[in-house]
Amino acid sequence: MIDNTLIFPVIVHLFTAIVLLFFWRKTVAQRIISIAGSLIAMLLAVRLFTMVWNDGIRTMQAAGWDAPFGITFVADVFSSMMVLLTAFSGVAVSTYSATGVARGRMLYGYFPIFHLLLMGLNGAFLTGDIFNLYVWFEVIIIASFVFMTLGGRKAQIEGAVKYMAMNILASTFFLTGIAILYGITGTLNMADLSLKIGALENRKLVDITAIFFIIGFGIKSAVFPLYFWLPSSYHTPPSAVAAVFGGLLTKVGIYALFRMFTLIFIPDDFLTTLLVVLAIFTIITGTFGAVIKNNIRRVFSYLIVCHIGFMVGGLGMYSEIALTGALLYLFHDIMVKTNIFLIAGLIRKLRGTMNMDKLGGLYKEYPLLSLVIALVLFSLVGVPPLSGFWPKIYLFEAGFIDAQYALLAAIIVGSFATLYVIAKLWAKVFWKDQPELPDGESLRDEFKPLNRFRKSLLVAPIVFLAAITLYIGLAAENITAVAQHIAHEMKDVSPYIEAVLGPNVSP
Amino acid sequence: MELLLVILIGILYAAGIFMLLRRSMVKLLIGLTLLGNGANLLIFLLGGITKGKPPVIDSAAKLFTDIYADPIPQALILTAIVISFGLQAFAIVLLKRVYVLINSDDLDDLNTPEEEDI
Repeated sequence: MIDNTLIFPVIVHLFTAIVLLFFWRKTVAQRIISIAGSLIAMLLAVRLFTMVWNDGIRTMQAAGWDAPFGITFVADVFSSMMVLLTAFSGVAVSTYSATGVARGRMLYGYFPIFHLLLMGLNGAFLTGDIFNLYVWFEVIIIASFVFMTLGGRKAQIEGAVKYMAMNILASTFFLTGIAILYGITGTLNMADLSLKIGALENRKLVDITAIFFIIGFGIKSAVFPLYFWLPSSYHTPPSAVAAVFGGLLTKVGIYALFRMFTLIFIPDDFLTTLLVVLAIFTIITGTFGAVIKNNIRRVFSYLIVCHIGFMVGGLGMYSEIALTGALLYLFHDIMVKTNIFLIAGLIRKLRGTMNMDKLGGLYKEYPLLSLVIALVLFSLVGVPPLSGFWPKIYLFEAGFIDAQYALLAAIIVGSFATLYVIAKLWAKVFWKDQPELPDGESLRDEFKPLNRFRKSLLVAPIVFLAAITLYIGLAAENITAVAQHIAHEMKDVSPYIEAVLGPNVSP
Repeated sequence: MELLLVILIGILYAAGIFMLLRRSMVKLLIGLTLLGNGANLLIFLLGGITKGKPPVIDSAAKLFTDIYADPIPQALILTAIVISFGLQAFAIVLLKRVYVLINSDDLDDLNTPEEEDI
């Protein structure tokens, strides 16, 4: 169904960014506009999701040029679900930023860049044209570069160099892949590519092209052995920025992997084996990193790498059950990872440090808040019936059906390591008494002096995301229905192709 | 012509990767630039090189009777050039800033140990 309103989630962020530019040095107005813009985007995302869920896939042909000649935007359930989750994170992060980000950063365009970043994310989720996907990726990375360097202290700039170099490299690999794909098929429309790649005789050439996309998206989503930039850059920017990065930027790489490898390159034995092996190593290396680190955000950075492996593994098994599990994990992960970085930022506000050895006694001082945080951490570990538990059931079932025992073992190791790390974090930061600090160091509590309203601006986003996580866990049958629907559409792509190219073209 | 371009692209990719593996930040930047140029030429090559043909079809014609030049690769390259120009400009400013901060061009000097985290 042709529907031009599906582009609204992209436009609303562009519009908000432009309005924000008119309030360049007025930070109070910027905060209000940013929160309002994010809320409107959330309403539009909810509308888009309900429309797509009820009436099926919607498409938009830019400027009326019919597919496959023009640029197509497609909202299927997968895209609109990602847009919806992005919108939830967007509301939480812009609310948190209102108090959590230093005024100096806001003076140099923090909020306009934030909305341009969300625009890029929504564009990447909604586009149905592979070169357009590249352009959205570039919008995302140039916005994230500014985010990464804004207000830069030494450590932050150091992280930014690694981040910049690896991301430009990833884009170049992605572009190389597009060049070869255009050379062998002569089209850029994803639905059209799906048909033409499927009809191609030379499967070796297709596999080589696929490898370029694995490298490009693999760097972006931090898959082994291309993940080194992530733990060495994600702990440096402000927590609100790290929350967007950890929650959404790595997941847009995962989204692109899922899209490419279910629609265009249908994985053969070679590709499924490759993805499963990569997943196993990703989980194991992420685990090792998380276990030895002592700074909260460094631990979380390695946990991102570890859990990326779960999703890539689900894609690698490539059965409907495995895809359902991987998608459920993706939904849960976006919400939880955004939230844990916000929590890390809150802990820093409370104590002035993120080193676990110097922290302690938070449970005694803030019992209710600690309870909410415990809920989020338990969801991350996957304690039943919280949200991290359900995807693993599907992944395990798929693993036993496909006899992928090495991947199963890796997932079990990864889950236990997550449990160990979170238990250690809980004991050290919340239960243990506040330790004596070395001479000359004292705690900086930036939270107590704030007034009630500003305190609630910091805590409300965490509670909001925790509530969504709780919903994913307790109302798992609803979310599972969405994931199963998407997994079914991934195995049978003809509805997507028909929606884009019109009926009667499917093979 | 194709063979010349193939060799040129190969050299650009190889030189780009080689430069990326060096420790100097300026060489890193040169490496990224070379890789980007290689990718642009690759699009140009794989789009099919036709000589002296217009990219449009006569409005009276109902069928493709002649070879015509594909305009899409050029549009793609133009977009990619503009984007990589922006990214490289940003990268140069960032590296300048790093040089001012740590007074070194060596990537190995970019490791603040974990103990100094806050």
